[in-house]
Amino acid sequence: MSTDLEQFYEIFFEESSELLAEMEACLLGLDVNSPDLEDLNAIFRAAHSIKGGAGTFGFTDMTEMTHMLETLLDKLRKGELQVRSEMVDAFLKAGDVIKDQLAGHRGDGGADPAVAAEICEELKKFTEEISMSGEDVPSSEPVIEEAAQKEEQVVAQEETSSATDVAAQTVFHIEFSKEEMSAASLENLFSNLNEQGALEDQTVPSEDNICKLKLTSASSEEDIWEMLAFIVDPANLKIETEVAASAEMNAPADVDEETVESVEEDASVKSHQEAELGYGFFPGSPAAPNDAEDEASVPTPSSQQNDNANKKDTVPNAKSSGNAKSTASGETSSIRVSIEKVDQMINLVGELVITQAMLAQTASQVDPVIYEKLHSGMGQLERNTRDLQESVMSIRMMPISFVFSRYPRVVRDLASKLNKHVELKTVGEGTELDKGLIEKIADPLTHLVRNSLDHGVEIPEKRIAAGKPAQGTITLSAFHQGGSIVIEVSDDGAGLNREKILEKATERGISVNEGMSDQEVWMLIFEAGFSTAELVTDVSGRGVGMDVVKRNIQGMGGRIEIESAYGVGTRISIRLPLTLAILDGLSVAVGDQMFIVPLTYIMESLQPVAEDIKTVSGHGRVVKVRGEYLPIIALHEIFNLCPNVTEIHKGILVILETDGHKAAMFVDDLVGQHQVVIKSLESNYRRVKGVSGATIMGDGKVALILDAAMLVMSSQQESA
Amino acid sequence: MAKTILAVDDSASIRQMVSFTLKGAGYEVIEAVDGQDALEKANQHNVNLVLTDINMPRMDGLKLLELLRNLANYKNVPILMLTTESDSAMKAKGKEAGATGWLVKPFDPNRLLEVIKKVIG
Repeated sequence: MSTDLEQFYEIFFEESSELLAEMEACLLGLDVNSPDLEDLNAIFRAAHSIKGGAGTFGFTDMTEMTHMLETLLDKLRKGELQVRSEMVDAFLKAGDVIKDQLAGHRGDGGADPAVAAEICEELKKFTEEISMSGEDVPSSEPVIEEAAQKEEQVVAQEETSSATDVAAQTVFHIEFSKEEMSAASLENLFSNLNEQGALEDQTVPSEDNICKLKLTSASSEEDIWEMLAFIVDPANLKIETEVAASAEMNAPADVDEETVESVEEDASVKSHQEAELGYGFFPGSPAAPNDAEDEASVPTPSSQQNDNANKKDTVPNAKSSGNAKSTASGETSSIRVSIEKVDQMINLVGELVITQAMLAQTASQVDPVIYEKLHSGMGQLERNTRDLQESVMSIRMMPISFVFSRYPRVVRDLASKLNKHVELKTVGEGTELDKGLIEKIADPLTHLVRNSLDHGVEIPEKRIAAGKPAQGTITLSAFHQGGSIVIEVSDDGAGLNREKILEKATERGISVNEGMSDQEVWMLIFEAGFSTAELVTDVSGRGVGMDVVKRNIQGMGGRIEIESAYGVGTRISIRLPLTLAILDGLSVAVGDQMFIVPLTYIMESLQPVAEDIKTVSGHGRVVKVRGEYLPIIALHEIFNLCPNVTEIHKGILVILETDGHKAAMFVDDLVGQHQVVIKSLESNYRRVKGVSGATIMGDGKVALILDAAMLVMSSQQESA
Repeated sequence: MAKTILAVDDSASIRQMVSFTLKGAGYEVIEAVDGQDALEKANQHNVNLVLTDINMPRMDGLKLLELLRNLANYKNVPILMLTTESDSAMKAKGKEAGATGWLVKPFDPNRLLEVIKKVIG
């Protein structure tokens, strides 16, 4: 019978990830010269919260690292230590390690313990600087402080006692049970203690279960206690202190030493009995249990038992797991729902939309005068379905700040590596897009940002020579435009060099000509095997990457565009559909088949005159549209269909455009514009060339969604 | 009638664990994400016990303690603070601010119930 703490793991993981991201953002925004106390507090709190959770749920590796962080941050926020940029670096690295540890617990990779130890050591060094620099550690006599809360009389003593030399050596008698402890953790413990001072093993051979140690150290009892509590079950741990001779010597002579000592000892023993329990009450405080003191200092058998079970097994009463299934509180303003549930809901709504369309089609065939009520009902159903669909889709929407927030770190790390000064600006972080797109856009965007930094922004000397500020700017912006979302990466760097690109492209065997528009030239950098960097750096530009970026964007149903001016800067725009689940399309008919063409690719539709259609030997047919000759894609030929019309001037041409290439698609007829629910053809059937998916139309028939980009590209290859 | 506990912690996972444990033992639980939130909720509900973290954004646990003790109907409501083992100075501050007792973090569900039972049964 145990409460499964595992059920809280997932929420802890998510929460920690959020806290880590927050911590990182604060760290990156931190002005090292005059740190904002609020920021330091926020960073401290993040570390503190992660530590609390990690401790509760038993992730000790994370506890250790966050503890180190917390200790150092606490000193920083109290102004006992000055923030330095090396510290910020160490904090960031520590954050990375914690992230890895978190991933490890999630069953996905993990942290290298050696790296973790190294960073712990680094943090420790910073923390210790303060003690070495002679500034006072708040109190190395915790015994006295702890006693202060319980025994009023000790408070009086404290003033005199605290005058005791800070470096006083204290003798600790440590006792704990070795049972259930591995040799490795024992060894670890011994070496930790050895670092603190002189260690003497006083274990009695006859009872070798009980480990007895004598430690003489300047460390505070709390430090020792804490160090041990990481390794030894606190329930089985006992520490007693004895002020060493040196401390007594340093104590003011007019204080009755014996009294001080006995009071201290008494209090410390008691406080640790309470610490064993893990809680306590302040006598005389409001609503404290009457027996507070007794119970707290004399553990009852039942509490003792619980203590032993502590941390490894958790034993709640049987009811607790049965009763409260729901853990989400009605008081909180958001709930966490698994993505599967949301997707299932979106799917169901999709089905509903289809059913509604079918009903509407059937209803349209009956006499609206006789069935007036049916008609008004259908109208309402349509509106409600549309609203429902919109609100369900919005559940999957996330602000793009989820992606943008990772770039300050990327830019910071990279800029310092390349010795460039770069400021990252983000605009429109609140713009929302589908979660699926958020996940997929991160990698290509990272590549573009790195590319801007590496190839776009110049080194400070060059910038100054060009009359620009030494610090370059990279701007990430996101906004809605029409039915799509646009994400832009722009820099005020060197801009693209037309000549250089053309030269390089020729070198790489990519076909070019002088008559190409700038737009077409810029697109060359997305060709496979193209790289304009003079030196291949480990940052970007191995000749792979930009073409992958383009492919990824296209895979999401998006488009990529470049604008650039030499010496002024470059702007790369990514245009994505708002969601992956629904598509605005034009339905076209070929024979008895229906196809959907994504609206984003369509420029216009027209009925050509016979004279404009020419046959080019070996290259198929072309059509002249406003002085431009476009290849004709005959849909019935590609899919082997029997069309109603075969003469082009009797049918319709739909002009498609992608990546600056155009083509005219020949179809029988235009049927109408629809919002269609995309169904994957791959998961239901198999991949078909020229088709990106399928949908179910109002009449129940399946219509294929055309992969317009692919059709245009293949027509280009044929005519080239 | 079930007794109501106001659980204040900025960490959602801890909050959820506390809430789950207490609800399982038959208590009503009101969650609050920080001192400010807790103060508002304390005013809206009748609470039999307050369990609060110390380090929180907006308003920390100590300030919350102080402000709650200034409210007439919270003069005698037990308030337990969650604190880390080493925070002996914090315990002193907590006592001064009017805390009833403390519970060391990290804690397991049993210990939590044990303490709560001792205070409000």
